[in-house]
Amino acid sequence: MLEIWNNLVDKFILCFVEDNRWLYMVRGLGVTLEVTALSLVLGLILGIVIAAVRSFHDQQRDQLTGVGGTLVKIANWFCKLYLTVIRGTPMMIQLMIMYFVILVNTTNKLMVAVMAFGINSGAYVAEIVRGGIMSIDGGQTEAARSLGLGYLQTMRLVIIPQAIKNILPALGNELITLMKETSIVTVIGLGDLTKGATIIQGRTFEAFMPLIAAALIYLLLVIFLSWLMEKLERRMRAGDRR
Amino acid sequence: MIDVKNLHKSFGDHEVLCGIDEHISKGEKVVVIGPSGSGKSTFLRCLNLLEVPTEGDVVFEGTVVNKQKGNELNLIRQQMGMVFQHFNLFPHLTVKENITLAPIQLKLQTKEEADANADRLLERIGLAEKANEYPNMLSGGQKQRIAIVRALAMNPKVMLFDEPTSALDPEMVGEVLELMKELAEEGMTMVVVTHEMGFAREVGTRVLFMDEGKVVEQNTPQEFFANPQHPRLKDFLSKVL
Repeated sequence: MLEIWNNLVDKFILCFVEDNRWLYMVRGLGVTLEVTALSLVLGLILGIVIAAVRSFHDQQRDQLTGVGGTLVKIANWFCKLYLTVIRGTPMMIQLMIMYFVILVNTTNKLMVAVMAFGINSGAYVAEIVRGGIMSIDGGQTEAARSLGLGYLQTMRLVIIPQAIKNILPALGNELITLMKETSIVTVIGLGDLTKGATIIQGRTFEAFMPLIAAALIYLLLVIFLSWLMEKLERRMRAGDRR
Repeated sequence: MIDVKNLHKSFGDHEVLCGIDEHISKGEKVVVIGPSGSGKSTFLRCLNLLEVPTEGDVVFEGTVVNKQKGNELNLIRQQMGMVFQHFNLFPHLTVKENITLAPIQLKLQTKEEADANADRLLERIGLAEKANEYPNMLSGGQKQRIAIVRALAMNPKVMLFDEPTSALDPEMVGEVLELMKELAEEGMTMVVVTHEMGFAREVGTRVLFMDEGKVVEQNTPQEFFANPQHPRLKDFLSKVL
């Protein structure tokens, strides 16, 4: 028993203490968080814009006439194309295409990763937001419009505040998925948490310690994010007793 | 006040309104009755362009409603209050916020004016103590009366009612009809789609009977109920009265 324990301690020291190898993990964690946060921002912006176009198109279908209407239809078509392509291809392929094909001239791997993950996440966020908007009863829009409120006022004052409660849990899931997915940035050689673990593995020929450590860190992050979302949801519900 | 000219509306291949010509004058209380699927709700919803007519025109005080877009249309809708079967109160806002949202956002009233106005309206319907509650705390009858004063807060020139009592428990119907009757007595122009024959008889100045997308018969309430002409109307009245 003691022998096993001592063996584990030795391995721990070898993997993380010697040569300050723990820094690989810490730097990697920083990169993982950075990629996740920036991708989330990009994904949210893309997703909300696309959801707005798609919802506007679907809700105003019989009023899409003239040049403006045609533009909306074209924009909607591009949005659908984007959603189909992004949701229909593997994330790793998208990342490699971004790195080896589209942004082949850049050396900024972090930017490449953020672009790839942001564009990917945007597609999922778009459908989450659109689903949230569509889940609100059509009578709400009709009531607001019959009072003389415009489309944007109706969205801002009536639909979005109600939709957010439906959107938030799914958005939390998307954030967690995104955070874990970023581990594949290793394929373009970006030094994230997973990469940190594999570097240590390469130096020490020890697989157990670094990989388990990386898994634990991801797990703790997910638990923290879940807790955060739950708290946020509860606070939003407290606002209206219903 | 409202002129409807050759109004047609189709959903896909299904023609719901097959050419309606109607004139509604200021102060009239027009009650529209008819079997379900006869197009009476669609007719009402065309008046403020919640449904866009496939053909024909709706003219409100000289303006062709179905030719208006964007802000012009919003300005017309501000003058036409609408009450829905399912109330459609905003569940995330308090009763008072429901009433003041549009007047404040459309900059027709200051916050103080709108609040005072809402208080007055709630006082009138005896729900002043509910001002800061959320709609889900209210009964159906209370919800519908608040939906009515929400529309009234915009000082509309005409009120459109789309089966306002159909989703209510029977014992709640009276309080809503009572409020509508008061409005009628104050001279409000009203177009009411309903199944309440008593209301039609008592409050209406004119009753329209719709069937299969057309106005089949119309008359003063007395004549309409005492002396129906069209066989379809006779049949309908024999079933509902």
